[in-house]
Amino acid sequence: MTAADQHALRRERALRKRLEWRILLKHPASLLMRLAAYTAAFLTVGVLLYLLVHNIVRGIPHLNGNLFAWKYSSENLSLVPALINTLIMTALALLLAVPIGVGAAIYLVEYSQQTSKIIRVIRLTTETLAGIPSIVYGLFGSLFFVRFLGWGMSLIAGTCTMAIVILPLVIRSTEEALLAVPDAWREASYALGAGKLRTVFTVVLPAAIPGILAGIILATGRIVGESAAVMYTAGSVAEIPSGRNFFRDPVRTLAVHMYILSSEGLHPGSSYATGLVLMVMVLILNTLSRYFAKRLRTKAGQKDANE
Amino acid sequence: MNAIRKPQVRRVRIKELLMKIIFLSAALFSTAAVLIICLFLFARGIPAINEIGWLNFLTGTRWKPSDVPPSFGILPMIVGSVYATGLAIAMGGPVGILAAIFISKFSPPKIRRFINAAVGLMAGIPSVVYGYFGMVVIVPAIGNAFGVSGASLLAAGIMLAIMILPTIIQLSVSAIDAVPATYYEGALAVGATHEQSVFRVVVPAARSGVLSAIILGVGRAIGETMAVTMVIGNQAVMPDSLIHGARTMTTNIITEMGYAVDLHYDALIATGVVLFVFILIINFSFSILKNRGIKYDGS
Amino acid sequence: MMNQEITMEEILGHDVARDFTDEAVLDIPAPLSDKIAFEIRDVDLFYGDFQALKNVNMDIRQNAITTFIGPSGCGKSTLLRCLNRMNDLIESCRVEGTISLYGENIGGNNIDVNMLRKRVGMVFQKPNPFPMSIYDNIAYGPRTHGMRSRAKLDDLVESVLREAVLWDEVKDSLRKSALALSGGQQQRLCIARALAVRPDVLLLDEPTSALDPISTSKIEDLVMRLKSTYTIVMVTHNMQQAVRISDETAFFLLGEVIEMTDTKSLFAMPTDRRTEAYITGRFG
Repeated sequence: MTAADQHALRRERALRKRLEWRILLKHPASLLMRLAAYTAAFLTVGVLLYLLVHNIVRGIPHLNGNLFAWKYSSENLSLVPALINTLIMTALALLLAVPIGVGAAIYLVEYSQQTSKIIRVIRLTTETLAGIPSIVYGLFGSLFFVRFLGWGMSLIAGTCTMAIVILPLVIRSTEEALLAVPDAWREASYALGAGKLRTVFTVVLPAAIPGILAGIILATGRIVGESAAVMYTAGSVAEIPSGRNFFRDPVRTLAVHMYILSSEGLHPGSSYATGLVLMVMVLILNTLSRYFAKRLRTKAGQKDANE
Repeated sequence: MNAIRKPQVRRVRIKELLMKIIFLSAALFSTAAVLIICLFLFARGIPAINEIGWLNFLTGTRWKPSDVPPSFGILPMIVGSVYATGLAIAMGGPVGILAAIFISKFSPPKIRRFINAAVGLMAGIPSVVYGYFGMVVIVPAIGNAFGVSGASLLAAGIMLAIMILPTIIQLSVSAIDAVPATYYEGALAVGATHEQSVFRVVVPAARSGVLSAIILGVGRAIGETMAVTMVIGNQAVMPDSLIHGARTMTTNIITEMGYAVDLHYDALIATGVVLFVFILIINFSFSILKNRGIKYDGS
Repeated sequence: MMNQEITMEEILGHDVARDFTDEAVLDIPAPLSDKIAFEIRDVDLFYGDFQALKNVNMDIRQNAITTFIGPSGCGKSTLLRCLNRMNDLIESCRVEGTISLYGENIGGNNIDVNMLRKRVGMVFQKPNPFPMSIYDNIAYGPRTHGMRSRAKLDDLVESVLREAVLWDEVKDSLRKSALALSGGQQQRLCIARALAVRPDVLLLDEPTSALDPISTSKIEDLVMRLKSTYTIVMVTHNMQQAVRISDETAFFLLGEVIEMTDTKSLFAMPTDRRTEAYITGRFG
C-alpha cells in the first residue's frame, strides 16, 4: 500500500465517521442509546481499573520481608503459612476431584445414550451442584465432614469440601473439551478395530488435554479464591500442618487469612498486600486457563484449517 | 484369516465393561453429592424449624439467639437478602446489559478483545478482595455522603452489582451474538439507524437469553457471602433504610457459625435450608428458560 | 456378468499377490474372482421410524472393485457402513436381514466387532488423520491389535506407505504431524493406515469428494493397484469415476438397489428406466 493509498483510506474513514455522527445528531434517541452503551462499558472497565490500581498502589509498599516470613506471628502477619496451606489444599482437592470429574465427563460424552434418563439426572444434578453457593457448601462440610465424620475443622475436611465445590467445574470443562474433539477421529479409530477404551485413551483424551487443563487451572483459581466454604471446614490456624496429624490439623488458607486480616481492621497495609498477592495468583491462573482453552480450540480446528 | 466370531480376548471385554462401570460411578458421584447435601441440610434444618415453629422462624422479626428464651426469626435476613439482591440487579442489570450491547454491537475487534479480557478478570477476582475494596472505598464514601457509618444495604447492593457484572455481561453477549444477522439487516433495510436496529430488534430478539443472564446474576448475588459480610454491617434487624446496616441469610450464617451451639447452630443450618430453597427455585427457573430459549430460523 | 475362467489366485496365488511389485500388477488384465466376499440378503435398515434401506440383496466379489452410485440420501453410504458395522455407533439404527462375510453372519451379538473392523477397513469422505505423527497414524492399528515390536512396526509402516504410493513423499518426515500434509496426501495416509491392519476388504466412502482432480487421479490409480490384494467397495457420487475404475456397479435409489451388474453393461445398457435416467443426468 502506498502512502497515497493510506492517506485516501484515512480520509474515507474520517468522512464516514463524520457522516455517522451527522446521522446520530438527526436521531437524538439513537444518540442516547449509543451514549448509554458507551457509558456502561466505560463504567465496567472503570470500576475494574480503579479496583486494580487502588489495590496495587496501596499493596506494593507493604510487600516486605515480614509478609513473607516463614512463620506467622501477630507482629509480622506473614502470609506464607496460609499460602502453603492453600497450595497443599489445592493439590489434594485436585487429586480427588480431577479423576472423578474427568471420568464423569468421559461417561457423559463417550458412553451415554444422550436421551437416557440417567444422563438427564446426572446433568441436572451437576448443574445444581454448580449453582450451590459457597456458604451452603461450607454448611454441608461443617455438618458432614467436620461433625458427622468427626474429622473436626481440618485440612482434610476443607479439602473434601473444596473437591465437591470444583467437581462441576472439572466435569463441565472436560465435557466441553471432549465434545470439541472431531467425531471423524473417533470413527477412524473404531474403523481400525479399536475398542472404546483404546479410542478414548489414545485418540480422544490426548486431543482434549488442553481443554481439560484449562478446567483444572480454573478450578485451582476457584480453590485459591474461596473463603466461605473453607472457613468453617478447614479452620483458621495460621500454621503449616505437619507430622502425624497432617490431615487432621486445622489450617488457614490465603483467602481466609485475607478475610481475618481485613475484618480485624487493624492492619490495612498488610491486608492490601495480601489481597494483592491473592489477586495476582488468581488472575495468573485465569489467564493460563484461557490460554489453554484457546489452544484446545486451535488444535481441534487445525484439521479443518488444513483442508 | 481368523474367525471373527469367537470373542477375541475375553480380558479385553471384561476390561471395557469394568471401565464403563467406573466411569458411570464417577458420573453418579455428583448426583450422590447433591443427594447427601440435601439430606444433611434438611435432616438437620427441618427439625430445627419444627422446634422453633415454622411461623416464628420464617416470619419472626426478632433474631436473638442469646436471649432467654431465644428468638430465631429470620424474616429480617430474608428481607435483607431480597433488598440487597434487588439493589444489585437494579444497578448491575442495566449496566451489564448495556455493556454487553456495547461489546457485541458497538466495539471494534481490538476494544472488544480488551473488554472481554477485563470482564474475564473481574469474574476471577476473589470475593474477599472485592469485600475489602468495598470496605475501604464504598463504605466510607457512603458514610461521608450521608453522615452514617456507611456499612449498609446500599453498600452491599453496590458491591453485589459490581460482582454480578461479569456473569450478566458474558451471558448477555452470547445471547445477543446468537441473534441472526438477518434480524439486524432487516431493520436497517426499512430505514432504521444502527442503534434503532440493535435496541429495537436485536436485543428484544435476545430477551430470553438476557433474562436468563439476569436470573443467574440473582443466584450469584443471593448466594454471595464474604464480600457482603464485609460491607453490610450485619445488624439482625428489619432493614428500615438503604443507608443503614442490615443482614442477609448468607451473612447470618457466616457471622455466627464460629460460636453457635445446639439450637442456635441448627437455626443457622435452617437458614441455609431456606437459602438453598431460594437457590433451587432460581436454578430451576434458569434451566427452564434455557431449555425454552428461542430457536432462530435455521439454527 | 463377466465370468473369467482363470481366477486371480490361479495366476499368482493369494499370498504372492500380497507381495506384489508395482509394475507387475498393472500388466495383468483384471480377472474377476468367482469368490464372494459379502453376501447381503434381505437387508432392511431403519433410523428410528425412517427406513433407509429396503430389501437389499447383493453379492460382492473378492478382489474386485464394486461401486455404489445414486443420488445423495439414497442409502449407498448407509449400506457401506453396515459392512463393518459402523452403524452400531448410531443409537437409533436397527438392521434386519443378514450380511455374511465369507459365509459368516456378521450381524449377530456374538461377533467381535473389533475383529470384524480389522478385517474390513474403512476410509472416509473427508481425510481424517489422527493429530499424531505420520508414523503413529500408521502404527495405530497394528498397535491396537497387539504389535509392539519396533522393528516389525518400522517395516510395516514402510511397506504400507509404499503400497499407498506415499513413501517417497513422506519418508523423511515420518515424525512430523500428519495434519501438516496436503488433503490428497492425508487421504492416501488414511488408506495406508487402513491397510496397516492387513484387512481383507477396504470400504471407501466417497474418498475423493474433498480432493482436487490431481489428488483424485492419484487415489484412483492407487485403488486400482490395490484391487489385486484387497476386495474394494466404494461409494462415489462421480459416475465417471465408477466407469473408470470399477468392475461392478450398484445403483441405489431411495433405499433400494435398482440394478447391480458389471460396470460396462450398467452404463452401456441399463435395464431399468430409472438407472438410465440417472446415468444420463436427468436427475441426481
